[in-house]
Amino acid sequence: MKKIITSTIALVAILASFTSCNNSSKSSNSGALSSNNAEKVYIAPGEHDSHYAFISGGYSGNLTVYGLPSGRMFKEIPVFSQFPTNGYGYSEETKPMLETSFGPIPWDDSHHPDISQTNGELDGRWIFINGNNTPRIARVGLRSFETEEIIEIPNSAGNHSSSFITENTEYVVAGTRFSVPVPQRDMPIKDYKGNFKGALTFISVDPEHGHMDIKFQILMPGFNYDLSHPGRGKSHGWFFFTTYNTEEASTLLEVNASQNDKDFIAAINWKKIEEYVNNGGGKMMPANYAHNLMDESTHTATTTMKKEVRVVNPIDVPGAVYFLPTPKSPHGCDVDPSGEYIVGNGKLSANLTVHSFTKMLDAIEKEKFAGEAYGIPILNFEDVLAGSVEQPGLGPLHTEFDGQGNAYTTFFISSEVVKWKLGTWEVIDRKPTYYSVGHLTIPGGNSAKPFGKYMFAMNKITKDRYLPVGPEMEHSAQLYDISGEKMELLLDFPTHGEPHYAAAIPAEIIKENSLKFYKLANNKHPYKATNDEETRVERDGKNVHVYMTMIRSHFSPDNIEGVKVGDKVFFHITNLEQDFDVPHGFAVIGANNAELLIAPGQTRTLTWEPKQVGVWPFYCTDFCSALHQEMQGYIRVSAENSDTPLKWSMGEDIE
Amino acid sequence: MKTTLKLMTVLFITLIVSCGGKEEKKKESFSYKKKETTEQTTTKKEAKVKPSEKIDLSNKGVGPIKSVELAAVIDQEMVTLGADVFKKMCTACHRTDKKFIGPAPAGILKRRSPEWIMNMILAPEKMVKEDPLAKELLMEFNGSPMANQNLSEKDARAVLEYFRTLE
Repeated sequence: MKKIITSTIALVAILASFTSCNNSSKSSNSGALSSNNAEKVYIAPGEHDSHYAFISGGYSGNLTVYGLPSGRMFKEIPVFSQFPTNGYGYSEETKPMLETSFGPIPWDDSHHPDISQTNGELDGRWIFINGNNTPRIARVGLRSFETEEIIEIPNSAGNHSSSFITENTEYVVAGTRFSVPVPQRDMPIKDYKGNFKGALTFISVDPEHGHMDIKFQILMPGFNYDLSHPGRGKSHGWFFFTTYNTEEASTLLEVNASQNDKDFIAAINWKKIEEYVNNGGGKMMPANYAHNLMDESTHTATTTMKKEVRVVNPIDVPGAVYFLPTPKSPHGCDVDPSGEYIVGNGKLSANLTVHSFTKMLDAIEKEKFAGEAYGIPILNFEDVLAGSVEQPGLGPLHTEFDGQGNAYTTFFISSEVVKWKLGTWEVIDRKPTYYSVGHLTIPGGNSAKPFGKYMFAMNKITKDRYLPVGPEMEHSAQLYDISGEKMELLLDFPTHGEPHYAAAIPAEIIKENSLKFYKLANNKHPYKATNDEETRVERDGKNVHVYMTMIRSHFSPDNIEGVKVGDKVFFHITNLEQDFDVPHGFAVIGANNAELLIAPGQTRTLTWEPKQVGVWPFYCTDFCSALHQEMQGYIRVSAENSDTPLKWSMGEDIE
Repeated sequence: MKTTLKLMTVLFITLIVSCGGKEEKKKESFSYKKKETTEQTTTKKEAKVKPSEKIDLSNKGVGPIKSVELAAVIDQEMVTLGADVFKKMCTACHRTDKKFIGPAPAGILKRRSPEWIMNMILAPEKMVKEDPLAKELLMEFNGSPMANQNLSEKDARAVLEYFRTLE
């Protein structure tokens, strides 16, 4: 009895201490925001983030997939760069993805991802991203999370005002940053002015498969077309591009392209041009550009070289193109969710300029033109101006929207994000970034329906934010809670490459569609082996084709003889697994390319050119089962002039 | 040079000595194992029956299949489908008449209930965790897991019908 009493007292005492603990932690919570913020980004083990963020890889050429609010990276999707991690750009099936009119290009600079939309809202079917250096647009499937298509853009150079899509994904748009001679030709650089052209490319997107095809290119004056965004809602059918270097300088642009007080936002009525083109307008000009398409059933990409492209001279389509004067080399060109406001982020201007779509239409109707440039009407600045945000910071770059009537602009020089109100143009809040912010992203922030809970800023300078790792380091992103009046910094997380823009989306829109594995029954790869009977080795001159299968935990065949120095061995390997997350890898000693990582149901081919006589091992690189270390095989390489017969086996000694 | 040589010799000798030590240890483990096998002989036959040879027709296993009706006459249409599915999805690890990576299905219906067979095809991960016999089989086959090939229930039933034709 006594014992019970004592233990009860002890229990009460313990409980009391717990409660008091809770009380004290609560009161300290309200004081110390940081602990509260930790909870806001904490995703318990096994739980899912609420949003996907697709962050461009910049000079990595790829696209990275993150979770929000945790800031955890889930995947790097190879797009424009060879990726030895899974063999993308090395395997025979994926090599054609990197084909261009310049031959195979192993790298690019990827900038602005944009998720497909229906009725102005994110539909989560595909994400598009531009290759800046060798102009290309890629389409990544958000079912497979793999690059499914890449199209090269002719007559373009520095594909920067890309890859933004119209509100029903009718077009993905690619504008050139550098104007060039069109067609390309040998001419003096000093003759740039008046002779170079800037191509704005409208690529149609097949509504069912997403397949891309260049519908037309508008050959604009030789300015630099920096960024762009689609009109939406009331301005659907229009597209807006910022320009700089309207001076048309070809040297020391740092000085020479900053002479004009105002550059332009080019407003393009693409519906009008589409109609013109549908009625046979424009002209086909000779061109040479690659169209690379991955076929999910053959698991193989093919390249088609296209030989012509339709070009449109803007002055041939009256009423289709106008210039909106915008102060001081505008960079970002952002359109609010209603489609009324077009924000020009004049990077050398003290103020943010916001144009009104309604006022623009009105000025056009009344033909109130201030002049023209190469036959394209220039509207009066005052006639189209909706308002300006006075001196919000230094060096405005990009603006996103929360769907609650607020805009968020990054300021590179003053290193901050400024929240301001559309319509009243008043500054509501400002928060520092660490450091020198470039782009920012709100999930759906470039659509008619933003999901304004989070915003993240992508910073150009990381400096002292993380443990030092030598002179070269990853950049940092910073996540803010924007659900309240004031922004709240929640989290720093490192990003890969140099992220420019990013696109984010609530997870539930896409996560249920994510593919788990490829169905073997749908595999139409010409070199597949989908059961043991189909495994074999065939010689065709110096080419040796190995039809191989892999399953936990063996290769079939795993003993191969009769290969000779000087042969070209094609390992065509099919992963026979039909379950989620059972990829197998394949590596063979001395391969001059990479490994293969093969998803269940997929076939991939690695080419191996044996140079030395011997018996050489190959093995699985992706830990697959308790017997993964046993997943290996041997290939015997004989001298070039030997007559070792071609043989293969699995599970018995080779005879 | 000479000193290096000397050093090498010393190193070499130490290596040999340490190697010798290890070998002795190995011997110990051998004798330990031998003991166990002699012990086993005393318990005799029961321990000797391999899990793959055990007969247990009442165990339905765990998984989606609760009961299967086998018609007296084998359905040839199903057999044809089952043979095709087996060839495509199973032959990487199974031979019909001999032990391969996994056990042979020949005569399986004399040892296992139809439900157990289908559950092993349709829910191998669950079976290996929860069914005692499946657990033992995993050990007999070196821990090599039965892959879930995501067969439809119809395909799995057809494979079962095909197994009925394998004596």
